[in-house]
Amino acid sequence: MSINATPAGADVSADETATSSTGRHAAVPAQRAGRGRTPLSENKKAERKLGWLLCAPAALVMVLVTAYPIIYSVWLSLQRFDLRFPDQREFIGLENYVTVLTNEFWWTAFGVTMLITVVTVAVELVLGMGLALIMHRTLVGRGIVRTAALIPYGIVTVVAAFSWRYAWTPGTGYLANLFSEGAPLTERASSLAIIMLAEIWKTTPFMALLLMAGLALVPEDLLKAASTDGATAWQRFTKVMLPVMKPAILVALLFRTLDAFRVFDNIFVLTAGGNETSSVSMLAYNNLIRGLNLGIGSTMSVLIFLTVAIIAFVFVKLFGTAAPGSDDSERR
Amino acid sequence: MADIVLDKVSKKFPDGTVAVADVDLEIADGEFVILVGPSGCGMSTTLNMIAGLEDISSGELRIAGQRVNDKAPRDRDIAMVFQSYALYPNMTVRENMAFPLRLAKLDKETINRKVEEAAKVLELTALLDRKPANLSGGQRQRVAMGRAIVRQPKAFLMDEPLSNLDAKLRVQMRTVVSRLQKQLGTTTVYVTHDQTEAMTLGDRVVIMRGGAVQQVGPPQELYDHPRNLFVAGFIGSPSMNFLHAAVEDGKLRTALGDVPIGERVRRELEGADAPRELILGIRPEHFEDAELVDDDTRRRGMEFEAPVDIVESMGSDKYVYFTVEGERASAAELEELAADAGASDFTGAGASLVTRLSAESPVAEGQHRRVWFNLEKIHLFDPSNGRNLTLHEGRAAGALAD
Repeated sequence: MSINATPAGADVSADETATSSTGRHAAVPAQRAGRGRTPLSENKKAERKLGWLLCAPAALVMVLVTAYPIIYSVWLSLQRFDLRFPDQREFIGLENYVTVLTNEFWWTAFGVTMLITVVTVAVELVLGMGLALIMHRTLVGRGIVRTAALIPYGIVTVVAAFSWRYAWTPGTGYLANLFSEGAPLTERASSLAIIMLAEIWKTTPFMALLLMAGLALVPEDLLKAASTDGATAWQRFTKVMLPVMKPAILVALLFRTLDAFRVFDNIFVLTAGGNETSSVSMLAYNNLIRGLNLGIGSTMSVLIFLTVAIIAFVFVKLFGTAAPGSDDSERR
Repeated sequence: MADIVLDKVSKKFPDGTVAVADVDLEIADGEFVILVGPSGCGMSTTLNMIAGLEDISSGELRIAGQRVNDKAPRDRDIAMVFQSYALYPNMTVRENMAFPLRLAKLDKETINRKVEEAAKVLELTALLDRKPANLSGGQRQRVAMGRAIVRQPKAFLMDEPLSNLDAKLRVQMRTVVSRLQKQLGTTTVYVTHDQTEAMTLGDRVVIMRGGAVQQVGPPQELYDHPRNLFVAGFIGSPSMNFLHAAVEDGKLRTALGDVPIGERVRRELEGADAPRELILGIRPEHFEDAELVDDDTRRRGMEFEAPVDIVESMGSDKYVYFTVEGERASAAELEELAADAGASDFTGAGASLVTRLSAESPVAEGQHRRVWFNLEKIHLFDPSNGRNLTLHEGRAAGALAD
C-alpha cells in the first residue's frame, strides 16, 4: 500500500508548489521541471527521454508485481467464483459487494479492525514518542539502549505471537497465572486486549524509530531559544518540538495506521478469529484460502484495499502528510 | 537591566576537556561587551553559561547581584539571539515575537502593543503575518532581534548574530544593533569571530584564546597596547607584522637592520633568564615612504631598503608588500592565529612585510624602496610566553623608552 501512497504524496507537493509559489524560496526542482508550460529544448527532451528509460525497469517490475494482482482481484471480485463449484463461474457485476456489505460478520470484523487500529496507533504514538525521546537523549550506552528498544521489532511476528499465546495459556503461562483466573484467550474482551497488547509491544519500536528521525529535525538552537524565552520543558515539547515534528509524526501515523488496519498474524495465532475477534484480513483469508470462495474473498480484499486507500488519502489530503523535512511542510 | 559578574567561571566537560578556564569578567549595567577570539575558544560556551543553557563547572555567575548558577534559563530573565536565528518555523513573525510574552502570561492587549512597538523599531510591521520561511536572511535576523527586545530583559546575549548575513547586510545590521543597544541601554554580551564587529560595536572587548581571557579593554586600547602576541596579532587588519629579532650587544638584529633599544627594555633583557630572541611587531601604518618623512619625524624612527613586491592602492593610502630576508618569527600564538585565518590572509609570520604608505608615495612594483618606520610604535614580544615587553603599566612605549 505504501508503494501507492508515495507517488500520490509526491503529486500533492508538486501541485501546491505550483499554486502557492509566493515565497522567494519556492524554487524547488519540481516546479522548475515545468509541466510543458514552456517548449522544451533539444537538450531537455533528451534528458527527459533518458529519465523515462531509467525509470522503465522499475516501473515495469512494479506493474508486474502489484498492478497485475490488484487488477486481477478486482476482476475476480466481479464474478461468482467458488473453487468448490467451478462450473458456476459467472460475471455478476457488483453482487459480491452487496453480499459482503450487507453481511454482519463483515461489519463485526470491520469494527474489530477499526478498534484495534485506533487503540494501538494511539497508544503506540504516546509510547513511541517517549521511547524516541529516551533514545534521542541518551548519552551513555546509546547503542545498547537503541538495540534493546528495537528487539521486539526484530522478532518475527508469528514467533512473538506464539510466546504471547503460551504466556496467556492457563496453567502453564506465567502471565495467565499472574493476572487471571479463567482463560483470557477464550473471552472476547480479554482476547482483544491481548491482541492489542501484542501489537503494541511489537510495533512501538517502529513508531519510535520514525519519530526519532523527526526529533533529529528539531534544531538544538530552537529548544535553546525556547528555554531563554521562558518555556518550561513541557512547553518546549508541545509548542516547539511537536509543531516542528508534525510532518514526521503524520508520516509515522500514516504508516502505522495502514499497517494496523491489515492486522493478521497476531489474531491468527492468538485466537484464530474465535469469539468474534476476526479482523477484515482474517475474514478475507478465511473466505479466500480456507473457503476457496475466490469471488467473495477477492471482494473483501478489494474493500480492504479501498479502505486503506481512503485512509492514505485522508492523511495526505486533509492532514497534509508529506515527507519529513520537505520544504513544502515548512511553508504551510 | 542589570550587571553581570563572572567570578572564576570554568567549564569542564565530562571527557576532561576544559572549554572555559577561570574567566573573571565584570560587565556593568548597560554596557556592550564583545567576546572575540578564534573558533572553538570557549566564547559560545561562556555565553551559554550566562544564559543557563550549560552548567557552570566551578565559579560563580551573578546577574544583578544575585547568584544564578543553579537557575533555569527561564528564571534568569535574559534574551538570546542565535546565529541560526532559531525562529519557530510554525509561527508567524507576530507569533514568534509574542512567544516569550505569551509564556510570561501577559494579557493580549499588552502583547499586541509590545509586538507592534518592536516591529516598528525594526521595520517589520509589513511582515508580521509572514512565516519565517518566507523571509530573507536579514529579515529573519531582525525578527530574532525583535523577539529578544519585546521582553525588555535584564540582558541580551548574542551568539554571532550577523555571521549568516552577506557582507553588505552585515555592515548595515551592525549599525542597527549598535543603535538599538544605545537606545535601549540594555546590558549586552555579544560573541563574534569577526574583529571588525568587535572593534566597531563594543564598549569593551574581551579577547579569548583556548578558554582563557587574554585581555579586556576598549577597542582602541587593545589595538594600541596589546598585552601579548596573540592580542597583537588578532586585532588589526591587515595584521601586525612580526619579525624575528636577536638580542646582540644591546641591539636587536632584525631583517630591517639593527634596532636600538632604550633603557627600560635593556633592563628587561638583563636578567639571567631573559630571552635572547624576541619577536618584533610593527603595524602597517607605522611605516612611511622615506621620501615623505620630515626630519623631525625621521629622528623618531629608522630606515631600511627593500624590494617592493606588490602595491595595492586603496585611494586614501597604499598597501605595499615588501620582501624581506631573514628568519621567520615563530611562536605558538602566531601559528594559532595563522590557522584561524586559514593562513591565507595572515601575513604576519611570512617573509613579506605589509606597510601602509601615503597615497602620494610614487612607489612601484619591482623597485627597491627606502622605507622609514616609527621606533616608538614598536612592540617586542617574548616568544616563549607571548608577553609584550614594551608594555609599561598597561601602555606600550616602544623600543626606545627610557
